[in-house]
Amino acid sequence: MALASKDLLGIQGMTADEIKLILDTAATFKDVSERDIKKVPALRGKTVINLFYEASTRTRTSFELAAKRLSADVINISTSTSSVVKGETLLDTARNIEAMKCDMIIVRHYCSGAPEYLSKLLKSSVINAGDGSHEHPTQALLDLFTIREKLGRLEGLKVVIVGDISHSRVARSNIHALLRMGATVTVCGPPTMIPPGIERLGTQVCNNMDQAIENADVVMMLRLQLERQTAGLFPGVREYAKLYGLNRSRLDRAAQRVLVMHPGPINRGVEISSEVADHASVILEQVTNGVAVRMAVMFLLSGGVKTDA
Amino acid sequence: MSSKEKALILDKAGIDRALTRVAHEILEKNKGAGDIVLVGIQRGGVHIARRLAARIHDIEKVEVPVGSLDITMYRDDLSTRKSQPVLQTTDISFDITDKIMVLVDDVVFTGRTIRAALNSIMDYGRPKRIQLAVLVDRGHRELPIRADYVGKNLPTSAKEKVEVMLAEDGVEEKVVILGE
Repeated sequence: MALASKDLLGIQGMTADEIKLILDTAATFKDVSERDIKKVPALRGKTVINLFYEASTRTRTSFELAAKRLSADVINISTSTSSVVKGETLLDTARNIEAMKCDMIIVRHYCSGAPEYLSKLLKSSVINAGDGSHEHPTQALLDLFTIREKLGRLEGLKVVIVGDISHSRVARSNIHALLRMGATVTVCGPPTMIPPGIERLGTQVCNNMDQAIENADVVMMLRLQLERQTAGLFPGVREYAKLYGLNRSRLDRAAQRVLVMHPGPINRGVEISSEVADHASVILEQVTNGVAVRMAVMFLLSGGVKTDA
Repeated sequence: MSSKEKALILDKAGIDRALTRVAHEILEKNKGAGDIVLVGIQRGGVHIARRLAARIHDIEKVEVPVGSLDITMYRDDLSTRKSQPVLQTTDISFDITDKIMVLVDDVVFTGRTIRAALNSIMDYGRPKRIQLAVLVDRGHRELPIRADYVGKNLPTSAKEKVEVMLAEDGVEEKVVILGE
């Protein structure tokens, strides 16, 4: 079994079988990170480039660790210290990297579609680490892996995603992935942050958080990007936290035990209280699973003769 | 025999006798069951490893630990395959350092699987000694690898395929050569 394309650009074009293959493969790679020698030679001699046009702690470190644990050589390029500051274009940057014979390029970019643009021009495999507001496929895959590990299944689960849905590539990728695997998705947040017409993707919409999480199996909290306040999308952090923040009393009002997730980084006391984040969530397990899922993706994309989808 | 099967090499009784003899040989060579651990290579060697452990228990009344090893990530052909092989589980829940490890597989052919298994084992610990037990040795080694215990030596042509079918997989138990 293999993935259809040489790249991982988004969940939208993937089949349920492909998603399941990645999750099953990730389970094996999780064991590698738990043993004493956290390395396998599967990608020995391959070169992986992290090309990050946006800041990141988690994602970049996670990809770097995943590649190193597969024995690949990793180079990190953060554009603030590269020739991009001299005005070099995305295309030229990528072509120059490919001229140095790199096998895999992991791209995070502020423009939606940048990884797809590169994937058409480069022979290397391109992995989308987050493009604009479009997709963040490995985040959705690690979220699904975590849910499946904790709750035993994905089909039929009720998942609620809370926060700034409009600007969230994590939300979009998760919506595609959860619906593809048979879960139901409700998006919840202030009306200013829910894109009109999102029901067309197959989700429900709810603006009242208590109602939304009442019968939920999983709640995914999204980071409130505080800079949106100056754009007038919410009146104030305290009001946001009161209406859409997840704290202990709100969590206790839900009908059953809810799996609490957050892609990170968290704003303590804003979208999630410290108490819930530290004692009632699986946030750190998501991070652990992220390395395993990214190892699985790189393993499945590497080697062999690939054709473009 | 189905139309694809060219020759029947071992039937159920033959497999049983071979494994009983191999179990005795393991105990003879290592002067007992002390410090022995069995590790079956996925997928063909796992059931055979368990059977050997059961026979050792019958003979010496000792339980030897049994584990399974998936060598997929250590293969030497990952870059050239059309798609990556399916990963199986590795389950070695006991310490292997300073133990006598007997690797178990159903068939040894080119020896590349065993080479991958050796590299994988080194990432788990440092056994005192590693030995190899196989049900069938079909020749055509491409690497300097040799089995310590062999159920059946079987000269084959490189184009033939040897298939070991075991009852644990829900089929009639036998070892056959499939036609070219």
